[in-house]
Amino acid sequence: MTQTLDYEPNMVLATKTYDVVGTRPVRHDGADKVTGRALYGADFATAGLLHGSILRSPHAHARIKSIDTSAAKALPGVAAVVTSADFGSDSDAVVDLGEGATSLKWLRDNVLASDKALYRGHAIAGVAASNPHTAEEAVGLIEVEYEVLPPVVTVEDAMADGAPILHDDLKTEELGEQTDTVSNVAQHFQHKKGDVSKGFAKADVIVEREYRAKTVHQGYIEPHNATALWNNDGRLHVWCSTQGAFTVRDAMAQLLDMPVSKIRVTPMEIGGGFGGKIPVYLEPVAALLSRKTGSAVKMVMSRADVFEASGPTCGSWSRVKIGGTSDGTITACEVELACEAGAYPGSPVGAGAMCALAAYDIENGTVDGYDVVVNKPKTAAYRAPGAPNAAFAVEQAVDELAQKLDMDPIELRLKNAAKEGTRRVDGPTFNRVGLVETLEAMRDHPHYSAPIGENQGRGVAVGFWFNIGFDSSVNLAVNADGTVILTEGSTDIGGTRASIAMQAAEVLGIPAEDVHPSVVDTDSIGFTAVTGGSRTTFATGWAAYEAAQSVKKQMIERAAAIWDVDADAVDMNRGVISSKSDPELSMTFKELAAQLGSSGGGISGTASVSPTGVGGSFAGNIVDVEVDPETGKTDVVRFTAFQDVGKAIHPSYVEGQMQGGSVQGIGWALNEEYYMNEAGGMDNSTLLDYRMPTSLDLPMIDTVIVEVANPGHPFGVRGVGEANIIPPTPAIANALQRATGTRLFETPMNPVAITAANGD
Amino acid sequence: MPAKTYVQTIINGEHVDLLCEPRQSLLEALRDVVGLTGTKEGCNDGNCGACTVEFDGRIVTSCLVLGVEAEGKEITTIEGVAQGSELHPIQQAFLENAALQCGICTPGFIVASKALLEQNPDPTEHEIRFWLANNLCRCTGYDKIVRAVQDAAVKMQEA
Repeated sequence: MTQTLDYEPNMVLATKTYDVVGTRPVRHDGADKVTGRALYGADFATAGLLHGSILRSPHAHARIKSIDTSAAKALPGVAAVVTSADFGSDSDAVVDLGEGATSLKWLRDNVLASDKALYRGHAIAGVAASNPHTAEEAVGLIEVEYEVLPPVVTVEDAMADGAPILHDDLKTEELGEQTDTVSNVAQHFQHKKGDVSKGFAKADVIVEREYRAKTVHQGYIEPHNATALWNNDGRLHVWCSTQGAFTVRDAMAQLLDMPVSKIRVTPMEIGGGFGGKIPVYLEPVAALLSRKTGSAVKMVMSRADVFEASGPTCGSWSRVKIGGTSDGTITACEVELACEAGAYPGSPVGAGAMCALAAYDIENGTVDGYDVVVNKPKTAAYRAPGAPNAAFAVEQAVDELAQKLDMDPIELRLKNAAKEGTRRVDGPTFNRVGLVETLEAMRDHPHYSAPIGENQGRGVAVGFWFNIGFDSSVNLAVNADGTVILTEGSTDIGGTRASIAMQAAEVLGIPAEDVHPSVVDTDSIGFTAVTGGSRTTFATGWAAYEAAQSVKKQMIERAAAIWDVDADAVDMNRGVISSKSDPELSMTFKELAAQLGSSGGGISGTASVSPTGVGGSFAGNIVDVEVDPETGKTDVVRFTAFQDVGKAIHPSYVEGQMQGGSVQGIGWALNEEYYMNEAGGMDNSTLLDYRMPTSLDLPMIDTVIVEVANPGHPFGVRGVGEANIIPPTPAIANALQRATGTRLFETPMNPVAITAANGD
Repeated sequence: MPAKTYVQTIINGEHVDLLCEPRQSLLEALRDVVGLTGTKEGCNDGNCGACTVEFDGRIVTSCLVLGVEAEGKEITTIEGVAQGSELHPIQQAFLENAALQCGICTPGFIVASKALLEQNPDPTEHEIRFWLANNLCRCTGYDKIVRAVQDAAVKMQEA
């Protein structure tokens, strides 16, 4: 039975309406996905397929002294064994695969360790055999001699004097200067605006606290997978589940030292990514095994491998000092954020530091960031990477400031809200952003004034993610029946075939169902960057818009030619091509499409773009929690997610992004963590012990889509994928403080932490 | 390689004979031996529900059943849910309610939801959430999945 509510659970605060954009058609790939027909990476098979398996380090930190693969090679059914030596390269060139510059040696060592194992689960060797069980058996026969070293798994321990050092050649970059100091701190940087000491001097109230967030995993349900065929013509073909087929191609080219033109990557359907399916893990190993055997080799990770050797996002330590005057003006804020990079430099601290104070128009602020290596898997992007770590700290400090000033926490945020023209502490000046509108929607929502029950508390928080542009390509071709084929290079994780097709349909004035989108391989479309950074509906959508404009122009020209009039005298509106002056001359898109073959041939449009008009997105939450006073168990009893998305192309999938990101945040807040043992290993690498929220743990997640159009996109799109995961952790901490009277400074805020903090 | 066992089953209404290694799970047998890849592996230890199938009238995680245990059993997988070209009302409701994003957990959710509505045609929200608690979804936050099951329940009762 559907409950009757006295409010609308999913609201869209639309500012502009269109014919197709903003509607809710059934997604184009839907039928395949509800019938089991959609082919994901692990579903791929081809003739003569071999199966691979990987030997992983049982130690979190160890020197590899020798590897003996002879017994494994001798096992019947084993076709080949590879180790790091099979790369045949020791290059340490600096490469950039779209996630920042890094060393080729580090990339290679993360795929197959050479001199050191740097986390439990670190890949040491790969085996290909006639079936997966034989490959696993062979892995158990590989003998590795390790010199076990002491591990270090938190940033605080890794930054301490005398900490075990992961990389003997890693020297700290200190405020832009390369030092000679060997340490686990790869980089310390600072953003600075104004003078914080002057700002604090003006403050009537100051809050200063330390906060810790635990390492968490993206938790996609589909494990990593890859199949590689090193063909007899020297070309490499890879089938895998990835957020970026071209990124895989480029990474393989670097790691295997071959031209991109010799590599073809076919992106299979992808079963979730959230940032974690950008790096390559299995693909290069499968390729090396295929080169050795001449057969296609398929590899699939186990769930334990997914936890111990892919992702995660960073655990962090942070300190916030914030000051305000009694009228609620924030006068200064100081943030320190130290993030785990995992085994190799490159944590999300850079992005976290950019977002830390972005919601506030502050005169005086500093943000110090530290990128710290620890004995955990190399961190990968996870939905607004770094920003939740920063917000868990800053949004709690702001809440505490509001409490000390006896101000409503939304009013305090509104009073100090960043807006168009605000110069951020990290440098950029905002163009049009929708934080004020988002906060006003929160303040005015019935949830905010609803009564609250016993043992319950209500918290709020906001978060910012900058979003990205980057390269995208789209091809369109008009069919004789008036439908349009759309090919694109952006893998579709959550409904972007629909959101991209709808933008083309809007321009052409045809129904969304008349555009047939396909995600194609790297030989079939122009370069397209990863599905990530909330960029796909924005940037690939823009490519679809441009390609559709090209088709529209050609359709107008063709009609003009058929009518023997000047093209300037013809217009196309809502799928009808007509003369501006002669009402007799008019054709529908379908009618003209049917005549293309007999009037000069087919029409297609193509666009490759790298749009710069990126619009950042603000999200906010109102959350009610109820705490069992005896057990400390917390139930989220009501949750409303707000987000300025610019324009929701397909509101259902926008709501889905907001709901999914919110629930990942709820999991991070209340349950999820890498539970590390003394030896530096993860003790909870199953989905039973690493407890992600289930349906039973949650209420409905209500949504309010705020639409403050991004002036840098034809339909006003900002991008919706990430900002929504930022506010839940602090909003829940703030709610728990109201419910229990005690503030928690560390995730997860589980029953153990809550009962301990309340002195039970 | 261990000797294979001859297994006779009914899968999606059809008699299927297969040769199964004793160590192969039903999930592996369905995917790699029979070629029904709609049933997904997410964890291989019974915790994610992506491999949920109907097994002699009850739902099981097929990764925790051995292939040889399928002898004489009737199994329904996601490939057997639609009737020919007609989607099942639950499949239709998942589409109309945008109850999937990446779609990897969707087959398991649909098989589990179908079993729920066959047993309890008018479940409460809590009953839906309780029943589906063994199926993990990381994309949707479950809101639209629960709504899709509610919607399918209404439509199936009207039909």
